[in-house]
Amino acid sequence: MISIVRSLWLVFLHMFHKRETVQYPEQKNKLTTRWRGRIVLTRDPDMGERCVGCYLCAAACPVDCISLQATEDETGRRYPEFFRINFSRCIFCGYCEEACPTYAIQLIPDFEMGEYNRQNLVYEKKELLIDGPGKYPGYNYYKVAGLAIGGKGKGQAQNEAPPVDIKSLIP
Amino acid sequence: MDDATIDQLLIIGGVLGGLLLVAPGLIWLERRMLALWQDRYGPNRAGPFGLLVVLADTLKLFFKEDWTPPFADRFVFTIAPGIVVITVLMSFIVVPFAPGVIVSDLNIGLLFFLANSSLGAYSIILGGWASNNKYSLLGSMRGAAQMISYEVFMGLAMMGVVLLAGSFSMHTIVEAQKDMWFVIPQFLGFVIFFIAGIAETHRLPFDIPEAESELIAGFHSEYSGMKFGIFFVGEYLGIILISSVTVALYFGGWLGPDFMPPLVWFILKTFAFICFFILLRASLPRPRYDQLMEYGWKILLPLTLLNLMVTAGIVLLNKGI
Repeated sequence: MISIVRSLWLVFLHMFHKRETVQYPEQKNKLTTRWRGRIVLTRDPDMGERCVGCYLCAAACPVDCISLQATEDETGRRYPEFFRINFSRCIFCGYCEEACPTYAIQLIPDFEMGEYNRQNLVYEKKELLIDGPGKYPGYNYYKVAGLAIGGKGKGQAQNEAPPVDIKSLIP
Repeated sequence: MDDATIDQLLIIGGVLGGLLLVAPGLIWLERRMLALWQDRYGPNRAGPFGLLVVLADTLKLFFKEDWTPPFADRFVFTIAPGIVVITVLMSFIVVPFAPGVIVSDLNIGLLFFLANSSLGAYSIILGGWASNNKYSLLGSMRGAAQMISYEVFMGLAMMGVVLLAGSFSMHTIVEAQKDMWFVIPQFLGFVIFFIAGIAETHRLPFDIPEAESELIAGFHSEYSGMKFGIFFVGEYLGIILISSVTVALYFGGWLGPDFMPPLVWFILKTFAFICFFILLRASLPRPRYDQLMEYGWKILLPLTLLNLMVTAGIVLLNKGI
């Protein structure tokens, strides 16, 4: 009997406790920087596209929601001709981000992607590409890779020694 | 028509309209209050304070498919939900809201109330029986046993008040509380009456006929659409009825300091009891069926009889002197 009255009283006191509910659209939770949300394609600090069209993201994707076509510009630099992510399939697992060798594809803390029309969930390159380096400022793939492209020859990358002349006997 | 008839019609219309307006409003109140006691907000989006959720709920019930199962007894199945609403509304005839604001001041008011609330048990029995479903039938059997046994000491608990006031008329009973509310001399009676009232409205923690965790929804598991809605309205009307009868019998009805009109006092006190009903739902678990019956017959009944005997003895003693 006492326990009944006591539990009534304790429940009554909950009236004055702090609410647990988060009033979502007005009051937003803080998402961590590692939160896996909307996928973006980033640019390097010189505003060139980071993506080199290697298809590793598309291969890693467990639901096959990424499709792209690689191509080359006149200087030999690879880039995707189109890059398409179907977000109605995407499960936000982040495998594409892990697979990417150039830090191009990144998941960012944003999940508010609701659409009335399902077709609008298919994002093309112009919707995916952002004007910034994302989580890795200062990283430029072509500046550290040994690949010769227009404006940068062999051995001119950062921390790269000039190529050895294999025909010469002089050490 | 003379003025008295018009007044009478106005009171009937006011009571009926007010009750049918407040009963769905209680859905909102209950959800908000439960949320308050569970550290949530409850419905607060549709309209001011989420009040329009009542409208949305009602519209939803109206547009749901009103389905009668092919194995059900169609006629009884259809009338069963109506019975609970009719009997509860009939009971409101004798509830005195304020001096003069009473549909009919019957001199057997309390007996009329008891009779009607017993008839409400038919709604559960017929609803569960006509559903032709074993869970519904189990629910209605439990409901019938619970309501009939708790009816006994509900009536006996009230007799203490009747002895003190010397009348069955609710108006007279409220008038008799001018000097002291009956809750003080009849505290035990009040507690028993209220417990029996909870069982009578089969509200939590005594929602054994429904018991959604064991009987799905008990007697109304086959009901859908507005038929289910009517059961629901009946339940909320029952809460209002028990609250207002408790106020009239034990808490001085409309009596209160003069700065507010009597009707407001009555509504305020009733509102407090409705909130208490919701608090009970928020905090107490449901007892087992046999525990409920045991508790009723082995504890409440002897206590009620003792209460009645002592009250009668004291009244006689005072008369003798």
